[in-house]
Amino acid sequence: MQELMLETWSGAINTVTIGATKEEGGTRSRAIKVGGQKTLPFLFPEGELPHKSVVAFEVWDTPPADWPKNLTDAYGDSLKDPLKWAEKCVKDFKAQLIALRLQGAHPDFGNKTPEQEAKLVAEVLKKVDVPLIILGCGDDAKDNIVLPACCEAAKGERCLIGSAVQDNYKTLVAAVLADGHNIIAESPIDINIAKQLNILISDMGLPLERIVVNPTIGALGYGLEYAYSIMERCRLAALAGDKTVASPFICFAGHEAWRAKESKATQEEFPEWGPESERGIIWETITATALLQSGADILVMRHPEAIAKVNKYIDNLTISSSVERRADRV
Amino acid sequence: MFIIGELINGMYQNIAKALKEKNKAVIQECALEQVKAGADALDVNCGPGSRDPVSDMQWLVETIQEVTDKPLALDSSKPKVIEAGLKALKHKGVINSTTADPEKLEILVPLAKSYAAKLIGLCISSKGIPQNKDQRMDLAATIVAYCSEQRFPIEDLYLDPIVMPVNVAQAQMKDILESIREFKIISDPSPKTIVGLSNVSQGTCARSLVNRTFVTMAVAQGLDGAILDPKDTDLMDALITAELILNKQIYCDKYLDAYRKK
Repeated sequence: MQELMLETWSGAINTVTIGATKEEGGTRSRAIKVGGQKTLPFLFPEGELPHKSVVAFEVWDTPPADWPKNLTDAYGDSLKDPLKWAEKCVKDFKAQLIALRLQGAHPDFGNKTPEQEAKLVAEVLKKVDVPLIILGCGDDAKDNIVLPACCEAAKGERCLIGSAVQDNYKTLVAAVLADGHNIIAESPIDINIAKQLNILISDMGLPLERIVVNPTIGALGYGLEYAYSIMERCRLAALAGDKTVASPFICFAGHEAWRAKESKATQEEFPEWGPESERGIIWETITATALLQSGADILVMRHPEAIAKVNKYIDNLTISSSVERRADRV
Repeated sequence: MFIIGELINGMYQNIAKALKEKNKAVIQECALEQVKAGADALDVNCGPGSRDPVSDMQWLVETIQEVTDKPLALDSSKPKVIEAGLKALKHKGVINSTTADPEKLEILVPLAKSYAAKLIGLCISSKGIPQNKDQRMDLAATIVAYCSEQRFPIEDLYLDPIVMPVNVAQAQMKDILESIREFKIISDPSPKTIVGLSNVSQGTCARSLVNRTFVTMAVAQGLDGAILDPKDTDLMDALITAELILNKQIYCDKYLDAYRKK
């Protein structure tokens, strides 16, 4: 039999812990660890891959206006109430992680107050016991008052909060530091900015072990390959010993995949494309699985069926490739 | 780039004095300053004035290891002194150095192997300093061949082409630089390369500038390591930038800080 060519890496990806249990001062049923890899994705014989990638269900504080029907059908009426929506994800779809997007705080989409959003965060934390990702609305000025209020409301729960960007990171870093959370550092598909932002954040005193990088991705057909190459290059540098780029990745696969025409256009518009009820799920699934191969640690996704497929994919690759498993068989 | 800080050397007055008085604080401060400045390892040399280099080496190693886990490069021409240092080491170290002479190789290669230490091989022999590239290649090949015979891992061997002062051997500079690249083709896996940098500027009036210009050119030839003064910020900045240009680290606006954070 031919011998496997194995690479020896000197570096490792940082391990980030999301969620705090009662023993750790929070109220989550379990904490989730991501990162810690000592080789590229799924290369089990080459190095340690201690933590599985994990999928977060995206939940909004306001009914999403631009989600297509083939996606909203999966959630039905629960979309109107973030608490019911979050509960449905955990109870019906066995979500391990919830990503709460505070879109309703945006001045153009509801302009909810920091107090309203902080109250919602507290209620979600009461309703479900999985670890929480909290995402701002994308308006810097508004996020700078909403997210610190939410950080405080979730104090001790060790959430993952986002996003810090190169031109707006100080307020969020300070809030995350004060209330014991982790941060998402977002860069526009630009490895140089990703590295720079990690240094800027760690210079403020937040350890690199509390940063998750959002490299920004494109969906299948919309720049996925470019995102893939950026993530891969980042991983190779990290494994070669560059700690400043050794952060786990969070990828918003659902957000990007469901913007693609191919996932939402109806069969009436494009008869040759087949039914959109299957097509959208496939588009999101393929986008997500490609990202797993390039190193995604957390995938934020939307359609429960796509999520189920991706979770199965993760389990299959983990089991069939596991060295221990192979040793057991021998 | 494997950077060995050169400042703990009895040749320097402050170190000689601290060694004589067994003043740990001076040595430990010097060690920590070099690490902070970006050194990956620290050279340890008792200097010419030491009356009992065997016990001085042991004391230096123990003293430095109280404050840092960085590898130590045991620098002596006497194998006994190196062995004393190896015995005191807690972590994998570096032997600095062997020459291409059989009587040195016969002692130091087995020592390096049994202590799993890296080994610096100087391209020099009892016949003298090489005068051109061919002589350097011959000496390098002698060292590599001996290491291979003894099954010493070649990737742990660092060949030093012997850098001459530019004001003494200006005509040799080009040969020295080219040797760095050509050492790589002696064997597969390739040996690594290293220079004792400060020698190039010995006796010149612009030492830092000569050092950093030479090291930049050597990095372009594929240099893997250097023994130098890591507290020379201009030198370190030039070195880090040279590696950046060769795509050995990812650019960001704070790339100098990023390198030092490693």
